[in-house]
Amino acid sequence: MNIDLSRRGFLRLAGAGVAATSLGAMGFGEAEAAEAAQVRTFRLATTTETRNTCPYCSVACGIIMYSKGDVKAGETAELLHIEGDADHPTNRGTLCPKGAALKDFVHAPTRLTHPRIRKPGSDRFEEITWDEALDRIARAMKDDRDANFIASNEAGVPVNRWTTTGFLAASASTNETAWLTYKTVRSMGIVGFDNQARV
Amino acid sequence: MKDIATAPTTAASNPPVQPTEAYYNAGDIVRISATRNVPAPERQLTKLAKLIDVSKCIGCKACQSACIEWNQTHPDVEENVGVYENPHDLTPNMFTLMRFSEWVNPETDDLEWLIRKDGCMHCEDPGCLTACPAPGAIVQYSNGIVDFVQENCIGCGYCLTGCPFNIPRISQVDHKSYKCTLCSDRIAVGQGPACAKACPTQAIVFGTKDDMKAHAAERIEDLKSRGYENAGLYDPAGVGGTHVMYVLHHADKPQIYNDLEEDPRISPIVEGWKGVTKTAGLAVIGLAAIGATLHGLFARGNEVEEHDEQAADTLVKGRDPDDGPHHGGQV
Amino acid sequence: MTNAWTDIKNTDLVIVMGGNAAEAHPCGFKWVTEAKAHRGAKLIVVDPRYTRTASVADYYAPIRPGSDIAFLMGAIRWCMENDKVHWDYVRAFTNASFLVREDFGWSDGLFTGYDEEKRDFDKSSWDYQIGEDGFALRDPTLEDPRCVWQMLKKHVDVYTPDFVENITGTPRDKFLTVCQMIGETSAPDRTMTSMYALGWTQHSKGAQNIRGMAMLQLILGNIGVRGGGMNALRGHSNIQGLTDIGLMSNLIPGYLNIPTEKEPDWETYLSTRSFKPLQPGQTSYWQNYPKFMVSFLKAMWGDAATAENDWAYEYLPKLDVPAYDILRMFELMNHDRVNLYFCQGFNPMLSIPNREKVTRGLSRLKMLVVMDPLSTETSHFWQNHGAHNDVDTASIQTEVLELPTTCFAEDEGALVNSGRWLQWHWPGATPPGEAKYDTWIMAQIFLRVRELYRQEGGAFPDPILNLTWNYADPEEPSPAELAREMNGRALADLTDPATGAPVLQAGQQVSSFGQLRDDGTTMAGCWIYAGSWTEDGNMMARRDNSDPDDTGMFLNWAFAWPANRRILYNRASADLQGKPWDPSRKLIEWNGERWVGYDIPDIAPTAPPDVVGPFIMNQEGVSRLFSRGMMRDGPFPTHMEPFESPMANVFNPRMRGNPVARMFESDAGRLGSSDEFPFVATSYRLTEHFHYWTKHNPVNAALQPEFFVEISEELAAERGIAKGGRVRVWSKRGQVWAKAVVTKRIRPMTCDGKIVHVVGIPLHWGFMGAAKKGWGPNSLTPFVGDANVDTPEFKAFLVNIEPAAEEPVA
Repeated sequence: MNIDLSRRGFLRLAGAGVAATSLGAMGFGEAEAAEAAQVRTFRLATTTETRNTCPYCSVACGIIMYSKGDVKAGETAELLHIEGDADHPTNRGTLCPKGAALKDFVHAPTRLTHPRIRKPGSDRFEEITWDEALDRIARAMKDDRDANFIASNEAGVPVNRWTTTGFLAASASTNETAWLTYKTVRSMGIVGFDNQARV
Repeated sequence: MKDIATAPTTAASNPPVQPTEAYYNAGDIVRISATRNVPAPERQLTKLAKLIDVSKCIGCKACQSACIEWNQTHPDVEENVGVYENPHDLTPNMFTLMRFSEWVNPETDDLEWLIRKDGCMHCEDPGCLTACPAPGAIVQYSNGIVDFVQENCIGCGYCLTGCPFNIPRISQVDHKSYKCTLCSDRIAVGQGPACAKACPTQAIVFGTKDDMKAHAAERIEDLKSRGYENAGLYDPAGVGGTHVMYVLHHADKPQIYNDLEEDPRISPIVEGWKGVTKTAGLAVIGLAAIGATLHGLFARGNEVEEHDEQAADTLVKGRDPDDGPHHGGQV
Repeated sequence: MTNAWTDIKNTDLVIVMGGNAAEAHPCGFKWVTEAKAHRGAKLIVVDPRYTRTASVADYYAPIRPGSDIAFLMGAIRWCMENDKVHWDYVRAFTNASFLVREDFGWSDGLFTGYDEEKRDFDKSSWDYQIGEDGFALRDPTLEDPRCVWQMLKKHVDVYTPDFVENITGTPRDKFLTVCQMIGETSAPDRTMTSMYALGWTQHSKGAQNIRGMAMLQLILGNIGVRGGGMNALRGHSNIQGLTDIGLMSNLIPGYLNIPTEKEPDWETYLSTRSFKPLQPGQTSYWQNYPKFMVSFLKAMWGDAATAENDWAYEYLPKLDVPAYDILRMFELMNHDRVNLYFCQGFNPMLSIPNREKVTRGLSRLKMLVVMDPLSTETSHFWQNHGAHNDVDTASIQTEVLELPTTCFAEDEGALVNSGRWLQWHWPGATPPGEAKYDTWIMAQIFLRVRELYRQEGGAFPDPILNLTWNYADPEEPSPAELAREMNGRALADLTDPATGAPVLQAGQQVSSFGQLRDDGTTMAGCWIYAGSWTEDGNMMARRDNSDPDDTGMFLNWAFAWPANRRILYNRASADLQGKPWDPSRKLIEWNGERWVGYDIPDIAPTAPPDVVGPFIMNQEGVSRLFSRGMMRDGPFPTHMEPFESPMANVFNPRMRGNPVARMFESDAGRLGSSDEFPFVATSYRLTEHFHYWTKHNPVNAALQPEFFVEISEELAAERGIAKGGRVRVWSKRGQVWAKAVVTKRIRPMTCDGKIVHVVGIPLHWGFMGAAKKGWGPNSLTPFVGDANVDTPEFKAFLVNIEPAAEEPVA
């Protein structure tokens, strides 16, 4: 719901009273006036806007991502620019030095693009396919669980816990990832389970 | 409670993603470097200003970050030299810089950490433009924006000599001079400068100069109520006023803010430069006529023929361009 | 946060203590500047360093790291002594009048019941006197010497301004100025907000720091009101969400608990969770625990969870220790008791104390799986980086799998902000290379393990084989499906038990947790998220930013748990008759029939104001100045030194750190003393960086490129350290090399007649990424955590420092 509210609609909602004052003096009635005439190319012209929130701290500033290409339309999209979302009640378009440079975080030279394996004793990573990597993980988990699962304690009380495998969950993944992770980890009986809130 | 809407803010709108007409253009230029008799524009644009409230600034460098992103510059990863300023100075890739000074107020013996966003002040009487020998390399619009047109820049560094605030920096890569453009491309489509939009505490605000002065007056009143008796606006008359202004808690002592000029003026030597050198420059360099330069007003990083470069360097510096460009610091 | 970022504009006084909001949360700090600009609010900063928050403060007071409880108890004492108390609030909305058991007491820095061998308290005396009717005894006059108010008065009596100055190093006059400013907010029409973060949590008594301020706020009547509250700023974008959803050793989503071995069956588990009210007529909302728990078990195991098998209670693991938290796991790794370890967007090589121990632990694993958008130190722990990671690669037998994940720009879903807002976001970029969604990766791991169990059988496969997995594409559950599952839905047609009116049809999404049942007819993955995705759609995606009367509530923007409530305990914003304490800051009020106003009432809408207390989650119906046995280290906060301190505990010189904090044997010998390590170190973030992420970003790397430590001019002179010079800093656990920032912003303090120097150590550097290689404070910090929640003590420890002429060498 509301996902497809147009940005014109957002502008109305924003109650952009002050900007209108200044912009009015500069020759605009309101910000939309700038969009009306289609003559000059602006750097963000013909990009796709997407609403998102900053992944860093939990102020959770609203951001707009400007991309070439539209993910929603099934296209390949390249991120060109990120700016604060002026419609967002918390940050009202502002961003901190981290948030303002988010585009270069997404494009960081050290982003991972391929699964890799470092074999015991090796001094390097080697590429591996997703299938191989996931099969290795599943096999290792199954073997370790079967070998070390504690079904009941010394007093014979069923405890059904698995302590020899641990899982550290993220601090910036979505709730939905968190829930799927929870289901997976808990169903196996893993108790060495923690997240960034601990530290 | 006062009405929250009285605070000007540029963060209240998001950039357009449709092709958009600029609200001002070459016809609104009032001054052009090394060019006399610029025809008077048909209209006078409302004067604009960026207001930097030093008392609200938290020194977070969001302005630097937003500036880098919007202008797509690439400042170097330097080292730490025992201070918070990074990069260490303005550079051709860093148009604005937070400068930090730890000042112990002699009256209260309390430490004050004064953090000032440094960058082009967009003077009403721009010393850089006055000094510039390259026709069309520096222009001023009737709204107050002073912009560098790198296509016409010869990298001589006179702009820095002319600048009372030590702002422009010459690139060692393309031998062009760079500084804050006031995001003239954003302003042209109704947006505020990138730094002002990003500023988390809205210590940087942007609007008409009148609005900014009115907002400054409110801020100064608040500061006085908190014991800053000398709070005031920095809009120095010596350069005809500026289109980037500061609210200072200690406006009687601008120098404590990392050597902000108390009474900035264009050097008399630079003021005296006219005629001979510039005219000679224009003739020798043989740059294109003004009209032809204007189409590139908003373009950046255009290549210049090497021989132009050399000719310019030889002319204005009397030295070989291989010595490297004139860079940084006071001249 | 009890309140919201946008609510901070409503305050009169902001106290930033145990945090550094301007640097770590700049855009949230905007609301402090709004309050200052438009309400004339004042800002106080209490911090060992003069931070960038302090640079815009109206008042700054220094404090010795790790001494906050003394400061806060001193402030409570000052308010009590100077009648700066919101009396009506204290009498009606706190447990001040409750009588405490006669056998409870405190002496020598310890509460009754301490067992030195177990490092634990017998907490049975830390409770109320209970009458024959089962309700707690009270003295509404607050005069009984055993009432909480009098007990508290006695407890804080020792924290005089001189005592506070002596312990904290805060000059007496500065401490008193802060007290006076705080005290003014005891007026019903004045309020204060507390903004804190890891500066309070990362101590061996972190939870008690926060208790201390919460108690002060209750005495001032500042909880539940606009512009008030206890506002945890929270560090990461979704640690609130991950904690809500219970991704911790001992949690079940919605702050329910994983059972322990002492609760082998369902009946026993529920018996300690009846939450009978301790005062007549109180809500005690946790009485609904079974409804949330059964709905969770139904979400997990669907038809396999039945009344007959106690909702598959057996499937849940039962703990033998309080928690297998991250510190315990690394301890176990060091004893070869962990074989596989997963790090999903987590970089323990830089975030867990005593990095040498962390490296040793990872080196003993059989397999380490790292899922991350970035190439982290953790995934490269085996790689030699000279002095920056001096390991013997060939001897490390751990297999490491590094899996590339998407980041925020490429994925979809909700994150929960500090104000408990669940905000949906949409993807705007194509994932790079073969990077995959975390949901896809988790699904793949689960399905493959399940398949192995299907084929081979094995140890107790039932909870794996029966886990609900009815997604349209089992290989890649969609964010919408998962969100709907957390919200919960009816599994049968539901009718109102009182009227018989239809409520929901089978299959419909519940609209609130009030619809959840304990008979297996509802399911909900996370009960507190009920209402986030209803039959009306995705409430987290709402983007109406209208705010009637500029209250800062924004009720139609996204969704806030619980029940879209923006300020917790908001019933306490009104007096006993239900009228707002401050009409200009009205939040909700009683209109004679029901509660109405700007926020969702935190009380039953028709609950009469003079009967039902505002703290409905508590059995008492009121808030707790005395926290009974809820915390391991005492019902009142009491001053404790950090485990590494330049001073002995003045109450009990034998007591080191928090007497009930867990200390592993091997770590006890790795604590330093002040003769060898004379300086107090503290760790923190800088505004230019976000933890260990933005050093991968060339822009942020340019803004703050290189690891440094901050010291005073006095310490620099004493040790011959030059501004910008290189120094070596070392503790009992390790050493680092850094540049020196010599500053007036850190000043030596005098505590107990001793000069105390502070060394500030920011935390943003490692050996991967675009910034210069460096170290983090975790190379130096002790492996000990808070007594209640095991958050490591990063904020107060001991180091030594010297100039280092040479580049560091391995």
